[in-house]
Amino acid sequence: MMSTLLDVQNLWVKFPTRNGVFDAVRGVSFTLGRERLGIVGESGSGKSMTGRAILRLIRPPGIVEADQISLEGVDLMNLSEKDMRAVRGQRISMVMQDPKFSLNPVMTIGDQIIEAYRLHSSASKSEAYNKSLEMLEAVSIRDAERVMRAYPHEMSGGMGQRIMIAMMLIPNPEILIADEPTSALDVSVQRQVLDIMDKLVKERGMGLIFISHDLNLVADFCDRVLIMYAGRVVEVCDANKLHEAKHPYTRGLLNSLPRLDAPRDRLEVLERDPEWSEAPSVSGRI
Amino acid sequence: MSLTDDNNQRRPRRAPLSEKAWPLAKTSMLTLGSISVTLLGLLFITFIIGRVMPIDPVLAIVGERASQSTYDAVYQQLGLDKPLLVQFLYYLWDVLHLDFGTSLLNARPVSEDIARVFPATLELATLGIIFGVVLGVPLGVLAAVRKGSWIDQVARVLALVGYSMPIFWLGLMGLLVFYGILGWVGGPGRVGIFYVDVVPSVTGLILVDALLDGNWAVFKDAFSHIILPASLLGYFSLAYISRMTRSFMLEQLSAEYITTARVKGMSEWDVIWKHAFKNIRVQLITVIALSYANLLEGSVLTEIIFSWPGIGSYITTALLSADMNAVLGGTVVVGLIFILLNIFSDLLYKVFDPRAK
Amino acid sequence: MADTQTWRQWLLTETPTSRRHAKISAIYQGWLSFRSNTMAMIGLGILVLLVFVAFAAPLLAPHDPFVQDLGNRLAPLGTDGHIFGTDSLGRDILSRLIYGARITLYIVALVALIAPVAGLLVGTVSGYVGGWVDTILMRITDIFLAFPRLVLALAFVAALGAGIENAVLAISLTAWPPYARIARAETLTIRSSDYISAIKLQGAGPLRIITKHIWPLCISSLIVRVTLDMAGIILAAAGLGFLGLGAQPPSPEWGAMISEGRRFILDYWWVATMPGLAIFTVSLAFNLLGDGLRDVLDPKAGE
Repeated sequence: MMSTLLDVQNLWVKFPTRNGVFDAVRGVSFTLGRERLGIVGESGSGKSMTGRAILRLIRPPGIVEADQISLEGVDLMNLSEKDMRAVRGQRISMVMQDPKFSLNPVMTIGDQIIEAYRLHSSASKSEAYNKSLEMLEAVSIRDAERVMRAYPHEMSGGMGQRIMIAMMLIPNPEILIADEPTSALDVSVQRQVLDIMDKLVKERGMGLIFISHDLNLVADFCDRVLIMYAGRVVEVCDANKLHEAKHPYTRGLLNSLPRLDAPRDRLEVLERDPEWSEAPSVSGRI
Repeated sequence: MSLTDDNNQRRPRRAPLSEKAWPLAKTSMLTLGSISVTLLGLLFITFIIGRVMPIDPVLAIVGERASQSTYDAVYQQLGLDKPLLVQFLYYLWDVLHLDFGTSLLNARPVSEDIARVFPATLELATLGIIFGVVLGVPLGVLAAVRKGSWIDQVARVLALVGYSMPIFWLGLMGLLVFYGILGWVGGPGRVGIFYVDVVPSVTGLILVDALLDGNWAVFKDAFSHIILPASLLGYFSLAYISRMTRSFMLEQLSAEYITTARVKGMSEWDVIWKHAFKNIRVQLITVIALSYANLLEGSVLTEIIFSWPGIGSYITTALLSADMNAVLGGTVVVGLIFILLNIFSDLLYKVFDPRAK
Repeated sequence: MADTQTWRQWLLTETPTSRRHAKISAIYQGWLSFRSNTMAMIGLGILVLLVFVAFAAPLLAPHDPFVQDLGNRLAPLGTDGHIFGTDSLGRDILSRLIYGARITLYIVALVALIAPVAGLLVGTVSGYVGGWVDTILMRITDIFLAFPRLVLALAFVAALGAGIENAVLAISLTAWPPYARIARAETLTIRSSDYISAIKLQGAGPLRIITKHIWPLCISSLIVRVTLDMAGIILAAAGLGFLGLGAQPPSPEWGAMISEGRRFILDYWWVATMPGLAIFTVSLAFNLLGDGLRDVLDPKAGE
């Protein structure tokens, strides 16, 4: 196996509420190399929280605890906020679900990409501009100069997400966290966006954490999959061996998908066992 | 708004000029149309109020003891024998020429009186709004950023008290404490009695006039008089502005693009000011314009308390002495300013928010 | 004890047995969440007290609010028999404040009846009928909104003559447009919903749809708005009273009392201070209550 980029050990995310503390993520551990790691789970399973906790983006009153979240040997938990800012964007970056909301509506696209670049480099404005044009072309955007002057609401969803990818990859990070990057897009452009992302991640030798609720997509796209349920990792397996998965939850998810080669009259309804959420997390470390 | 925007998503950015100019012209026409309708409505209401007034305008001119023939002559001269609609058109014509008739109190044209008293109101309200913006906006931003902290609580209580306090009473209490007991500020009026008409009136704003004249003593005295009513008005606009700023900021700070900015590695300060705050500027200007308009009219009670010779005092005095032309003239002017400020903030929105195009 | 337990359970059930049961249960749960808001409860407490004081005024007031005693004028706070002192005509300030609660309540109740109802009518008709009716009604609403409120009220009172009823009318005339806007917006969303189409298919006429299906749904947002506006109404009424355009002397209206005390503010400060405190307390109570109600009835609007 390749070298380890990120090592997460025993990660907890807690939210104090009126009825006591709610644990959104409970003791999740995994490592990430230069690979594509999928995190699958239903909404509320803590998969997005895991992604955001790595970037230390959980806002108070939320609490993040972990034995360590180390990025190439440096524990992010111990970094000052200022040092953490140097990690965000430049070393770990994130693409969010819906470009309609994740792009600033009243800033031109050009300004937003240039800003992302210049936050981590001392490049001049014109250098940054040229670099941004290059980056937009790298995500297959035609007429990049026009797009630089446009506002986000003038873009389609697929274009918006490609712009988002360009913006997040422009400082050349080592890890990209993609949080449901295609869920808000039309089915017709999902594949295109994924292919572009895949190509860039591979070319640059980055690690990718791909968060999704879509088991098929993840099985198709990733090398390794963590299955999360109620804040815990219930199963870890290689994507191509997913059909051999043992945990009843994973099996249930697989069985609740319609299959063309084995049609059934009724799809199974997922039966949930309260024990699943009590059992300790399975480690995804290698 | 965002719903309709989606339809324009793929509209080319550089449309041919004619195509681009047309909607703009159409928008301006529509705006102009709606302004005129609103203004007509305003004038119609004041006209009706003037007609149902329980005061006989003829008697007010000719006096109780005039003969029937004199009475009739004046009656006709005022056009009161014509149908209401015609009277309204006459009224419109006069107002368009800034002719609000003559004041019954001092027999001077009402428009002259208004031109004389208005600068006093303007000076007071402007100072008030500066106070409200300079303190209210940062307070609102801080309250949103540190939601739930002590500063948020302080901002909340300040606003709550501001919303609940009778302005004229707070003014009285201010006079009692700062003028009566502590003697820190000047009393009622714009300047002390020894400084009246010392500097030539150029702008009508006494602080500016004193500076232009280089008369430091007058400036200091005028300042000591204006500071209390201005901070009072400022406090009331602060209550409103800080609350609105807070809720606008909260809305922006919970938006996903803020997370994007943080993911980029931006400092929290820049996230707040370069992204969130920048995006509420247009909304904020609308609120400030509205608040300013409210101060211009809301100063009625403050002006009475502080014997401030502005338009509020003017309307009230006229009202109590049944000087109808003066009341209506003042009302029209205040309403006009109110409407213009509203339109101004609407236009700003259209010009500065890329989504509104 | 066991009895109350079952009551609670009945009220908090998730499987109501009848429509009324569900309604009562919903109200109870709203009340529970409202009750946990301390500030709102304080506001409610003050208002309950105000209503009580207004009704029991003859029993509570130590003196007749109109009886003058020129020998004992401008007595300071804490004078024997006159806790809040006396005014320039020797009348007991506390008694006048107690009787003044009636006037305040009267004004607030009248405005709260007139303005929202007028707004509701205009707004629902405008929203439901649409077309040129909508255009005209909304244009009128805009004109009224464009008017500075206090100045408009002043002009109205000038035309109608000073007095409490005219002050109420003037305030209502300036207060209805926002309600019309709200009611119209609500009507527009409700009108296009599927269940309205369903009722239409069953043959319900516009009158029935407006009164039975649209009005009830507009009520909760109107109530919140009215409560929040109440403070403004009290302040406006007090302002008119202060200018001598509302309640006329010797009526113990709080705004008029301040105006009277204003003349002696530097030497006999309590004469103007006490009624001001009363106005402040009551409008603060309405603001607190309005905030709490908004959180319960209209959670979206609270930030």
